[in-house]
Amino acid sequence: MTKTKQLNRIDLIFKNENDCKEILQKSFDRSHEEIINEMVNSGLKGRGGAGFPTGLKWKLTAEETEKKKYVICNADEGEPGTFKDREILTRVPHKVLAGMAMCAKIIGAKEGYIYLRGEYKFLVPDLKKELRKFHDILDELGLNFRVEIFMGSGAYICGEESALFESMEGKRGEPRNKPPYPTQCGYLNKPTVINNVETLAHSYTIMKYGAKKFRELGVKDSWGSKVFSVSGDTPIPGIYELELGMSVQDFVDDFGDGDTKAVQVGGASGFLVPRKRFAKSHIGYQGKLTGVSLPTGGSMMIFNSSRSMYNVLNNYLDFFEEESCGQCTPCRVGCQQLLKGIKAVKRGEKPAAYLDKLLKLTDTMRLTAKCGLGQSVANSFSSIVENFREEMIY
Amino acid sequence: MDFQEKLVQELVSKHGRDRENLLPILQGVIDEERYLSEEAILKISKEMSIPAADVYGTASFYSFLDIVPRGKYVIRVCKTITCAMKGKNQILLALEDFLKIKLGDTTPDKLFTILETNCLGWCHKAPAMLVNDDVYTELTPDSVVDILREYKEEN
Repeated sequence: MTKTKQLNRIDLIFKNENDCKEILQKSFDRSHEEIINEMVNSGLKGRGGAGFPTGLKWKLTAEETEKKKYVICNADEGEPGTFKDREILTRVPHKVLAGMAMCAKIIGAKEGYIYLRGEYKFLVPDLKKELRKFHDILDELGLNFRVEIFMGSGAYICGEESALFESMEGKRGEPRNKPPYPTQCGYLNKPTVINNVETLAHSYTIMKYGAKKFRELGVKDSWGSKVFSVSGDTPIPGIYELELGMSVQDFVDDFGDGDTKAVQVGGASGFLVPRKRFAKSHIGYQGKLTGVSLPTGGSMMIFNSSRSMYNVLNNYLDFFEEESCGQCTPCRVGCQQLLKGIKAVKRGEKPAAYLDKLLKLTDTMRLTAKCGLGQSVANSFSSIVENFREEMIY
Repeated sequence: MDFQEKLVQELVSKHGRDRENLLPILQGVIDEERYLSEEAILKISKEMSIPAADVYGTASFYSFLDIVPRGKYVIRVCKTITCAMKGKNQILLALEDFLKIKLGDTTPDKLFTILETNCLGWCHKAPAMLVNDDVYTELTPDSVVDILREYKEEN
């Protein structure tokens, strides 16, 4: 991070705008190259957590010569602490659909899907109404593109893009080997753009206001704003759009309850930041380690001093053990062993030094697990065990 | 032709026989029968020409595709961290006490099943639960009993 941003609240995503037809018409009047350049220049990175540059994803898929291509909106929001996509789909679904239509026009897709998590089935009637209006607009604009809703059935791993394709293909949601990447070989082995709900809504903003305005927000390599889901020990839990690049300290000053002991950035698969590192930790995409900058899908969970970090870690590991797809051994067995391990240390059946062995196991998982789930267990485990070691023992 | 056979055939004609239609078909059976029985899995396998073990293996991967009988109303209490911090255990106790069953069980009248589930996406309004597809948030031990009483009165 080159600088720290003050905590500025932004109102772009949820701004009451209902001009999809005009924005789409304006976009369709421009060349595909212009639109892709606008997206690339905006610096928008995927808002699901992984942070792949969106413009590049669209460009790579557009360059594929296959006739059949797909646009998929990833609404399988399952990261503990994250609930922003539900709010976006509830309040501004038309912006998400407009983003899908722009992408479809550029890459040449005629079919699109919203992969909606099973827990959000109650959204379907309203989304279907919105889809009918959206399809009418596309008919008026002459774009042959149709979007359907595909319901998930309760599996966290299906938020991983290749597991999501497997699920849509009627199989167990197990991640695929990469490469090939979705831009070449996605749903039904066809070139596919898969974007998070928020990413698509941001692409609408970029089309409307331009890349320049988007880059006025955020910091280098983490441009723009981001929707955050704030929960835990805070007097004001909820959904907030903030600039990227803020420090955890600034965040805690605004959202904490005055007794914040730690903040989990990025959900159970993210990093826990202890109080002593609030000022030095920033929220953004660049960098990988706590203390430098923290990538996030938007989950910010706040813990005050009444909370046991052992209980927090126990809860996360219980989650990972259940949600591991079981395909690769490092993740399947690793999650089980980490959970058994911290319980054994807490009960006094294993010495405190056993925690170091478990940390080595997380290093192995980070290196050898097949997908982000198994790799990211190490993030929360090491940041909690290293910063709150005594709570794991006593 | 029994009801289940008709249901499976209808779902297969509606969605298609290709493998990518398997999940909507499994979900369609769940909507009607609350779980995927061995018979239903065999019928889907036959209609779609997918090995039964493969249909079972797919279904059992997903937590919402139940393969054991469930009640008419499946209660899924969120157990992820914020709900746990905000009193999920007290909610479960209140449910168990009111329904006189334990977590994972179904009431003898087959009306309710109590389960735990991972993050429902309502962390800012914890604790939360789903009753079938309906969401209930900011629960208290008293409010869950009121909610269930209403479901009971409807039946």
